[in-house]
Amino acid sequence: MITWFVRVGWRHLVGVLAVLVAVFPLVFVISASLNPSGTLTGSNELFADTTGAHYRELFDDPLHPFGKWFVNSMAVGLATAIGSVFLGACAGYAFSRFRFRGRKAGLTTLLLVQMFPQLLAYVALFLLLSAFDDVFPAIGLGSRLGLVMIYLGGALGVNTYLMKGFFDTVPRDLDEAARIDGASHAQVFFRIVLPLVAPVLAVVALLSFVATLNDFVIASLVLNDPDKQTLAVGLYHFISYGVGRNWGVFAAGVLIAALPVLVLFQFLQRFIVGGLTAGAVKS
Amino acid sequence: MTQTLPTQPPHTPPRRHPASSGERRPAPARHRGLGGLATRIVLLAIVDALAVYGLLALAADRSWWMFGALLVGTVAVNAVYAGKRHVPAKYLAPGIALLLVYQVYVVLYTGVAAFTNYGDGHNSDKPDAVAAILAHSETRVPDSPVRPASVVARGDRVGLLVTQPDRSVRLGWAGHPLEPVEQPVYDAGGRAVAAPGWLALTYSQIAGRQKEISELRVPVTDDPNSGSLRTADGISAAAYRSTLVYDHDADTITDRAGGVVYRPTSDGVFAAPDGTRLSPGWKVFVGLDNFERILTDQDIRGPFLGVLVWTFVFAGVSVALPFGIGLVLATVLNGKRLGGHRIYRSLIVLPYAFPAFLAALVWQGMLNTDYGYVNVSLLDGAHVPWLTDPWLARLSVLAVNVWISFPYMFLICTGALQAIPAEVTEAARIDGAGRRQVLRHIKIPLLLTAVTPMLIAAFAFNFNNFNVIYMLTGGGPKDPDAPIEVGSTDLLISLVYKLAFGGSNRQYGMACAVSILIFVVVAAISVIGLRRSRAFEEQT
Repeated sequence: MITWFVRVGWRHLVGVLAVLVAVFPLVFVISASLNPSGTLTGSNELFADTTGAHYRELFDDPLHPFGKWFVNSMAVGLATAIGSVFLGACAGYAFSRFRFRGRKAGLTTLLLVQMFPQLLAYVALFLLLSAFDDVFPAIGLGSRLGLVMIYLGGALGVNTYLMKGFFDTVPRDLDEAARIDGASHAQVFFRIVLPLVAPVLAVVALLSFVATLNDFVIASLVLNDPDKQTLAVGLYHFISYGVGRNWGVFAAGVLIAALPVLVLFQFLQRFIVGGLTAGAVKS
Repeated sequence: MTQTLPTQPPHTPPRRHPASSGERRPAPARHRGLGGLATRIVLLAIVDALAVYGLLALAADRSWWMFGALLVGTVAVNAVYAGKRHVPAKYLAPGIALLLVYQVYVVLYTGVAAFTNYGDGHNSDKPDAVAAILAHSETRVPDSPVRPASVVARGDRVGLLVTQPDRSVRLGWAGHPLEPVEQPVYDAGGRAVAAPGWLALTYSQIAGRQKEISELRVPVTDDPNSGSLRTADGISAAAYRSTLVYDHDADTITDRAGGVVYRPTSDGVFAAPDGTRLSPGWKVFVGLDNFERILTDQDIRGPFLGVLVWTFVFAGVSVALPFGIGLVLATVLNGKRLGGHRIYRSLIVLPYAFPAFLAALVWQGMLNTDYGYVNVSLLDGAHVPWLTDPWLARLSVLAVNVWISFPYMFLICTGALQAIPAEVTEAARIDGAGRRQVLRHIKIPLLLTAVTPMLIAAFAFNFNNFNVIYMLTGGGPKDPDAPIEVGSTDLLISLVYKLAFGGSNRQYGMACAVSILIFVVVAAISVIGLRRSRAFEEQT
């Protein structure tokens, strides 16, 4: 028994402790979302009683259109994730497979540009979108498309370097063989190289989706109309007025908002470890 | 968690490319798809159509700078995609176009604005400031004739239709001087009531938009000295003129009554010899003033240095502590002998998968002094001011950020440990190293080299971790002694936010200056860190 503990058991102890720390706020949220009292105080006894009322109320409040926030966040997040992976993959492929003038300078510039987060430039972003407002209202202030465009503007800085690394691990012999068989460079890219790195692309897309979902500053800068806001902006304003009064509804909102990402993470978990550390210890 | 992506390239040894490989060899054009060509033509046509629409709109708006940029961009895109050459550019063009607009331009703008006094009171250029100053000081011209007028509308815009004594009619609206109108519609009394495209407002509509109409100021001409027409009753207009007069040639503003002369100063306002200043001012370059104020102005330097130190502490601890925890967990839970290690991993990553802004908002409720779960249930009704006491608030935001961050560190440590080839550790064991020695001298050094770029990225991310701070404490508790709005948990990034958008006195120029300082710090740390981890050398 004692030897078992020394060899393996204490590891379980550490593991269980870590799991408890990781999980307990989430358990609290689940309990609060089901607790009929609905206030912060009333939620402190875990699973004392349960009701589905908060979930119904969540979708019936015209002042706080949670359903619309959810759809907005999903739409903006998906568009950004797919767009930025595509743009990043194209750029990464160019840097990985072609030799051209300004290639090295381009890579260094991207690395440098990436260090200036768009967050720091929100004064300038605000003015830029106000200027677009007069001419192209479709991508001006208050537009979800405008918000996606801002996020996509940051795509190259974040993703190119990473993607180039992934493409470098795909042997060049593969595309050369395809080229000899008459495939165009576009066919090589879309039909051969992209499918080979697909799992990693999914992870990058997921992380980009999460980052988009998490953005508060730029989203609140661009979107003023409650019907067009994202979850981060909407839920922040929802809970910052009257702390604890609508806690049950808020907790229900938190769970539904987090659910897609939680599910995707479990689903892609195997690739996430690989995607985060791809090739890290090869040399 | 919104960890920025690790920018680490896999450490594959740089490949040597034989001269004959890759794009230099013409690919045989046997079955180049017609589909590809058609797609290309259609996409290019759509882009060009949008561009033409944009160019027309910009020309109509007289936005010549944007017109030029769009024109150059469109020509470049066509040059890249129309022919068979420029293959790398075909892959880079869309991303670079967006990058130039939404990243490079805004960074450059921020860089320029940091050297101006842009902000409340200095929002626009000098002609706008002159017009605003004169408009603010307008009074009714004594004994001026009252002319028949009517309030008309086109969409949301209201205008004033004025009938002159000779029955000619002029129309103008806010910011748009009076212009003659062809073919107006008169009422029985000879007063013009409508014009092509402009409809008369009914009495009830006028009553409904009373505030807007009483504030309506129609300039007589482009010259701000010419004054304006305003209406008090909706059926007549009277002339208003400023008590100040602007002298174009001398570039001064003079008070008509007292004769006081206001001259432009170097910081962008008109000021009298006695120091009286006219508001608003305009945007001017102030050189290094913003930076100088941050570093030398007693009122700003103290709070700024405090925030700077705290930002470093916050970012440092937010990397070091979660990394330590993650490393320990990874070493302890790694290994196939441990039953259920997959279950542990699935549950431990939950805080990483849980969107960070939601986590911060939930913790903000749980740490509430009077009603929060931590005080009421865990501490049995204690009233610990977790988020409202300066030091406890700092501790709390760090604790929450550790909770958010440790699963990410656990994941990358697990990944790095698993990627260490078994031969390496076996060789060490054969040479007589114990389990602990293998860990200390083989595994951890290898792991550190692997994760250093990610740790640097995590530091840069946490240096600007606006969300956790803003959602938990809003930067507070507020420091009541500080002359600028700043709290104990404010990071530089949330300070920028408060300077730019918080409170009544928005200082964009100053906010941009702090942004530039943050960029310099983050860039310096990243470059030094990446240099040391040799990531820079391997980018070819």
